[in-house]
Amino acid sequence: MIDAATSVPKVVVTARAQRLRFYGVWVIAAVALIVLPFIFSSGGSLTSFSLIGISIIFALSYNILLGQTGLLSFGHAVHYGFGGFLAIHVMNAVTAHEWSIPLPFIPLFGGIGGLLLALVIGWVMTKRAGTVFAMISLGIGELVASSSLILRSVFGGESGITTDRTALPHMLGWSFGPQIQIYYLIAFWLMISAIAMYALTRTPLGRICNAVRDNPERVEFIGYDPHVVRYIAYGFAGFFAGIAGGLSAINFEIANSAYLGAAQSGIVLFATFIGGTAYFFGPILGAILVTYLQLGLTDVTTVWQLYFGIIFIGIVMFAPGGIAGLLMMHRPLVRSGTLGMVIPSYLVALVPTLALACGVILAIESVARYAQGEGSGSNIDLLGVPFNAASPLTWFAAAILIIGGFFVARISWRRIAQAWDRAATVARDRGYLA
Amino acid sequence: MTAAIEINAVEKRFGNVGIIHDLNLSIAQGERHAIIGPNGAGKSTTFNLVSGHIAPTSGEIRLNGNVISGLRPFEINRHGLSRSFQVTNVFARMTVWENIRCAVLWATGHHYAFWKNVDNLPVVRRRTAEILEDIHLTHRRDVPAGLLTYAEQRELEIGITIAGGASVIMLDEPTAGMSRAETERAVALIRRLTEGRTLVIVEHDMGVVFGLADRISVLVYGRIIASGTPEEIRSDPKVREAYLGEEAY
Repeated sequence: MIDAATSVPKVVVTARAQRLRFYGVWVIAAVALIVLPFIFSSGGSLTSFSLIGISIIFALSYNILLGQTGLLSFGHAVHYGFGGFLAIHVMNAVTAHEWSIPLPFIPLFGGIGGLLLALVIGWVMTKRAGTVFAMISLGIGELVASSSLILRSVFGGESGITTDRTALPHMLGWSFGPQIQIYYLIAFWLMISAIAMYALTRTPLGRICNAVRDNPERVEFIGYDPHVVRYIAYGFAGFFAGIAGGLSAINFEIANSAYLGAAQSGIVLFATFIGGTAYFFGPILGAILVTYLQLGLTDVTTVWQLYFGIIFIGIVMFAPGGIAGLLMMHRPLVRSGTLGMVIPSYLVALVPTLALACGVILAIESVARYAQGEGSGSNIDLLGVPFNAASPLTWFAAAILIIGGFFVARISWRRIAQAWDRAATVARDRGYLA
Repeated sequence: MTAAIEINAVEKRFGNVGIIHDLNLSIAQGERHAIIGPNGAGKSTTFNLVSGHIAPTSGEIRLNGNVISGLRPFEINRHGLSRSFQVTNVFARMTVWENIRCAVLWATGHHYAFWKNVDNLPVVRRRTAEILEDIHLTHRRDVPAGLLTYAEQRELEIGITIAGGASVIMLDEPTAGMSRAETERAVALIRRLTEGRTLVIVEHDMGVVFGLADRISVLVYGRIIASGTPEEIRSDPKVREAYLGEEAY
C-alpha cells in the first residue's frame, strides 16, 4: 500500500509527463504531415496522401457515433455528401459573384452542410439507439441517395456538379491548382479536425457520450437525457463528416451521388471498425490502411472487394477491438517487460499463417480468372512468382498451402495463446494487468 | 414542513393487471424509510414509479412539494431524487473514476458542455475524489467498472447514486447477494453517506431494515398494509400474519 502523502508528488510527475507526451504526439503528427511530401514527392503519392487525409477525418467523425456514443450508422455518407455538395455550390457562387472567400475556408461550409442535415434528421434518428437507429440510418441513407438523383438542379443527377477550384480568390499567393497545395490544405484541416475531435472526447459532453454508449438507462438517473446527448453527438459527427466531404469536393472538383451512397457509408464503417473504435487513434489507422488497400489492390486484382470482406470478417471474429485493440493489448506486457515472452511465438506463427494466406490468395485469384473466362488472362503473379490459373498444378498448390498451412498455423496460434497466458500472469503479478 | 415524498392514490396497471392499488405514502424530510413486503408485492414497481422509470396510471407523486408523476427520470433527478438499482447498473467500460465523475457533472452545472476540458474542473475533481474516498474505491480508480468484484460494484452503484448530491436517495436492495461482513460494511456506508438526507430503501434482509430504518412500510399485493416505527411494525398483528410469518419470529 502506498500512503496518500507519498503518492501525491508521483501523480504530479506522471501528469506532467503525460501532458508532455500528449502534446509531443500532436507536434510529431504535424511535422510528419509537413515533411511527408518531401520524402514521397511523386504525383501519385500526393494524391494518395490527400485521399487518406480526407478519409481519416471522415472515419474520426464516424467514430464519434460508433466508438464514443455507441451508435451504429449505415448512412453516415449523407453528411459527407451534403458537405461536398454545399462546398461545390458555395465555390461556384463565390466564383460567380466574385465574393472574397478564399478556398481554404470552403471546407467550413462543407461542415455547415453536414451539420445542418444532421440537425434536421438527427432529432428523430437519435430517439433510440441500437437496431432502431441503425435501421433508420439505413433508410435515410437510401432516401437521400435516391433523391440526389431526382433533384437534378441541386445534385446534378448522374453526372454531378463540377467546379473550378482555381477560380476562387487566391490566398498567400497559392492558386490551389497543384496537388501539393491541395495536400497541404487537406493536412491543415486534418490537424484542426483531429485536434477538435480529440478535444471533444475530453469534455463533459464527450464523457457523457461514453456513459450513454455503456448504459443509456442509467444516464437518465444521473440527470441527463440520452436523446439530447445522442443528438448533439450526431450533430458533431455530421459537421466533421461535412468537412471531409467539402475537402473531397475541392480535391476532385466534383460532387456526385456517389458521395452520398451506401458504398461510401460502408467504407467508413469498415475503416473505423478495422482500425478499432475503442481508441481515438483506431479510425486513423483504419482509414490509412483501407484507403491504401483500396488504391493499391484495385491495380493488382479485380476482386479486391473480396479481400476487404475477408479482412473485415477476420477482424470481427478474431480481433473485435480492431488494429488499435490488438496494439493496445500489448501495453501491459511492454510495461511489465514480458513482451519478449510472446514475440518468439509470433515469429513462429508467421510462417504457416503466411503460407495459409498465400494459399487463400492463390485460390481466390485462380477461381476469379477461371470464372471470368479467357479475356482476363490466366497468368497470376503472386509475390513475383508466376502461376497459370488453368493448370491443375496451381490448384493443387493452393490446396496444399491452405490445408497444410491451416493445420500448422492452428498449432502455432495455440502456442501464441499459451505464451500470452504466461506473459499475462507475470504482468498481473507485477501489477500491470487488472 | 413539506414531505420529501408524498404518494397520493397512485395506481399502476399493466393492461388489465393491477400491480399497485391506491398507494398512499408520506415520507418526511431526513427520514430513513424502508419498504418491505413479500416477493411480487410491488416494491420495485413503487421505486420505478417514484423515480420516473414508469408513469403511474393514475394518482399523484410529489417530491419536496413539486408534482413529479409523469416526468422523465432525468427531470425527476434534477428535482433532487436519485436511485440505485437492484441489478448492478454501472458504466461497465468506463473506469471507476469516470463513473463517479459522470454522476457529478450535471449537479455541478456542466450539463452538455462541449467547450470545457473535463479534466480541468476543480470542483468536479474534488467531489469525485471525495466520493471515491467515501466508498473506499480510491485505490481502484483506474479500473474499468466491469472488472470490479461484485461487492465493489455494489459500492460503486451507491457512489453513483449519491454523487449528484440529491436530497432524496432511493436504494433498491443495496445488500442483495452480499456476505454477512460485506452487508455490515455496506450498511455502515449507507448510514454515513445518507446523513442529513432522506433515504428510501427496499431490502429483504430484516437485520438491515430494522437496524437502519426510522420508519417501515409494509407492502402486500400493491397496498400498504402498515406503516410505522420498527417497534410498531414488529408488533402489528396484520404484518405478522401477512408477511413476517412464524418462521421470522
